[in-house]
Amino acid sequence: MGLSRSSVGKGAAATAKALREKDTDRIVALAGNPNVGKSTLFNALTGLKQHTGNWTGKTVSCASGRCKTGERDYLFVDLPGCYSLSARSAEEMVARDCLYFDDIDRAVIVCDASCLERNLHLALQVMEVKEETALCVNLMDEASRHGIAVDGQALEARLGIPVTTMTARKGKEALALTDALEGRIDGSFTLRYSDAIEAYIADVSSVIIGNGLSRRQARLVALRLLDSDDAFTERLMSHYGISQEIKSELTCIATDFLARHFPPAEERSSRELAGDALSARLSAAAKHMATSVTRKTKGKGDGRGLDRLLIGRLTAFPFMLLLLFLVLWLTVKGANVPSAWLSSLFAWLEGIVSRGLTAIGSPAWFTSLLCEGVLRVVGWVVSVMLPPMAIFFPLFTLLEDVGYLPRVAFNLDRCFKHCAACGKQALTMCMGMGCNAAGVVGCRIIDSPRERLIAILTNSFMPCNGRFPMLIAIISLFFAASGGASALLLAGIILLAVVMTLGVSRLLSQTVLKGVPSSFTLELPPYRTPQVGQILVRSLLDRTLFVLVRAVAVAAPTGLVIWLLANLSAGGQPLLSLLSGFLDPLGELMGLDGVILLGFLLGLPANEIVIPVILMCYTAGGGLTDYHSLTELKNILVANGWTAVTAVNMLLFTVFHWPCSTTILTIKKETGSLKQTLAAILIPTVIGISLCVLVNIVSLLW
Amino acid sequence: MKRRLSTLSVGERGRIVAVTNRGPIHRRLMDIGFTEGTRVECMGRSPLGDPTAYAVKGTVIALRREDAAGIYVETGGRIEWV
Repeated sequence: MGLSRSSVGKGAAATAKALREKDTDRIVALAGNPNVGKSTLFNALTGLKQHTGNWTGKTVSCASGRCKTGERDYLFVDLPGCYSLSARSAEEMVARDCLYFDDIDRAVIVCDASCLERNLHLALQVMEVKEETALCVNLMDEASRHGIAVDGQALEARLGIPVTTMTARKGKEALALTDALEGRIDGSFTLRYSDAIEAYIADVSSVIIGNGLSRRQARLVALRLLDSDDAFTERLMSHYGISQEIKSELTCIATDFLARHFPPAEERSSRELAGDALSARLSAAAKHMATSVTRKTKGKGDGRGLDRLLIGRLTAFPFMLLLLFLVLWLTVKGANVPSAWLSSLFAWLEGIVSRGLTAIGSPAWFTSLLCEGVLRVVGWVVSVMLPPMAIFFPLFTLLEDVGYLPRVAFNLDRCFKHCAACGKQALTMCMGMGCNAAGVVGCRIIDSPRERLIAILTNSFMPCNGRFPMLIAIISLFFAASGGASALLLAGIILLAVVMTLGVSRLLSQTVLKGVPSSFTLELPPYRTPQVGQILVRSLLDRTLFVLVRAVAVAAPTGLVIWLLANLSAGGQPLLSLLSGFLDPLGELMGLDGVILLGFLLGLPANEIVIPVILMCYTAGGGLTDYHSLTELKNILVANGWTAVTAVNMLLFTVFHWPCSTTILTIKKETGSLKQTLAAILIPTVIGISLCVLVNIVSLLW
Repeated sequence: MKRRLSTLSVGERGRIVAVTNRGPIHRRLMDIGFTEGTRVECMGRSPLGDPTAYAVKGTVIALRREDAAGIYVETGGRIEWV
C-alpha cells in the first residue's frame, strides 16, 4: 500500500542505461519469484528505503539504487517478482523485458531456500537469457527452521555460476552478494532439450550464427520462436539486428518444426504445446537439481496452527473484523492526544509569528495572509493528519509484513468471483487504504485486463489515509464521544466502501465490462516475524513523511489562494462567496452546501485540506477566528448550518467522490485511456452525489 | 485412484498425474509448480468454501474450484510427504 518516494519518485522504472554514471558502474537486475525477499535484499544493499511487504507482487514498478564498494559502484534494479519469463501479467512483462532487452551487466536470481525447486525453474530460464548470472539463495534461516539445508557450493558446481547463500534480513550477509557478482562464470551449463528440439535449434543457429550472434543468442531466438507470440519474437530478432529476410526464413523453420512435432490438439495451439514441452523440461531439470543440493530433516511447524485461526471456517471473518476494528481503534484513540499537542503548538506558533510580524511593522493584510491563510491550513493538516497516519501506516505495515494480507484475499475471493472479479482485488483495496494511487499501480498484480480495469475503476472507493482523519474528525464531532464508538463507525464506513466496491464491480462485469471470472492463483506465503524496528523507521520516515510533505506542499499555496479569494472582492462581494454561492444549489440538494463542495473541489490535489478549506471559508467573513479545539470547531460548523444530516452526507461524500489528482494521473498512466480515466472519476462522483441526495430527501421526508 | 484435485478434502494428499486446464492458466499452473509427478496436499478451504489452499513444492497456493478441477491427482497408496 505504500506510496513512497521510491515507488513514484524519479528513480522508479528508469531505464538501465540512464542509470550508468561511470564506465566502471555495474548494473545488476534482481530477479526472482515473488515473496523471496528481493526487496529486503535490495534495501540491505542500497540503503534505499523501498517498502517491502510479505505478499506476492509487492514490487510493482522497478526501483533502482546504488551500492558503493571499494572498487566500483553497483546499480541494483529490483524487478517485480515472477514465476516465469513467459509473462502472463503486466508486472511479469516488466521483468521479462528488462532481462531480455535492457543493457544490464548482471542478473541475480534471488531464491527462497525453502522452495528451491520452483525457484530454479525461473533461474534456469534467466540463465538461458543472460550468461552473466549469479544466484542468491535467500531465507536460509527460515529454511533451516523447517529442517531444510541447501548446499550452495554443490549448486555452484552444477550451474557453473556464482552462488551465494544468505539471510538478507541480516544486512551484513546481504553485502556478500557483491563478491558473488565478481565470481567466475564458466558458461559450461546449458539446459538441453529433447533431440528433436536440439536438432531444430541447430538448424536455426546455422542460419543466424554467422550474423554476429552468439551461440546463446541464437539458441534463445530458436526457443522463443517455438513458444512466444509474434510481437515478442519480432522484437527479440530486431533487438539482435536480424534482417527482415532472415527473420522470415527463421519463422518458416519454426512453423515447419511446430507443425511436424507439435500439431494442435484438443483446443491447444502448437505454441502452447511447445511451451509446455519446454516448461516440462525446465521443471524436470529444476527438480533434479534441487533434490541433489537440498537436505531435509525434521523441522518445526510452519504456521499451520495460525492459519487454522486466520483462515479457518468459523474464525476467519470474526478475526478479520476484529483486526480491522483494532487497527482503527488504535488509530483513533492514539491520535487524540498528539493531535491536541500539535494543534496547540501551531496556535502558539501562529501567535508568535503574528506578534513578531506586527512588531517589525508588517502590514496587517500580510500578517493575516501568512497567519490565517498559510499557517492555519498547514497547522490543521499537520495536527490532524500526522498522528493518525503515523499510527495507521506502521500498524498496516505490520499486518503486511507478517503475511496476513494474502489471507484476506483468500477469505474474500468467493465474493469477488461472484462479481466476476479477481480475489487479488482485495489486496489492491488494502493498498488503497494507504493511498489510492499506490492501490491503482498495485492492480498490476491482476492478470486479466478486464478484472484489472475493474479493480482500478473501483479503487478510490476505499478511503485512503488522506481521508481517514477527515472521517475520524467528523465522526468524533457529531456521532461518537468515545474512541471505541468512533472506531466502530469507521469500520462500518469501510465495510460500506467494500460492499460498494463489490456491487459496482458486479455491475461493471454485467454491463460494460462483460466477462466470466478468469482463473486465479494466489500464493499464501509463510508467516514471517515482522521486523518491528524497521517497520517503524520505514513507515514513519518514508511513507508518513512523504505523504505529509505532499499534503503540506499543497496546503500552503491553497491556504494562500483561499485567503485571497476571501479577501478580494468583485462587485462588492468576496470572490469566495460568489464561488460558493454558485455551488450552493447543488450543495443544498445534496444536504451539504456550496462551501463544502468548494472545499472538495479545492481539495483535488490532496483530500487532507478539504476541512481546513471549509473552515477558512466559514471564518473568512470575520466572527469566529480561532478553531484550535474540537468544541470550537463544532461550534463553527453548527453556526454555519451543519446538522447530523450534513455530517452523514459529508462522510458519504468523503468516501465517494472523485479521486485526488495524483490518483487520477496514475489511472491515466496505468490504463493509457482517457475514457477509462473519466470513468474512474465519474463513477464514484455520481454514486456520491446520488447517495447524498437520497439521504437528504429521506431526511426531509422523515 | 485418479481424481480431480478439487475433490480432495482437507488433509488429503495426492500426486499429480495430469494438468488438463485450457488457456493461459495451463502454463501458469506449470510455472508455479503444478507439474506431473508433483505431490500436493489440500491445506484448507476458504471460509466461504472456495478457493482452496494446496501445498505444492514447499509453498501454499490457493486455486478456485474450477481451476483445481482441471488437475488430476492419484490418491490412495502411501504418498510420501517430504
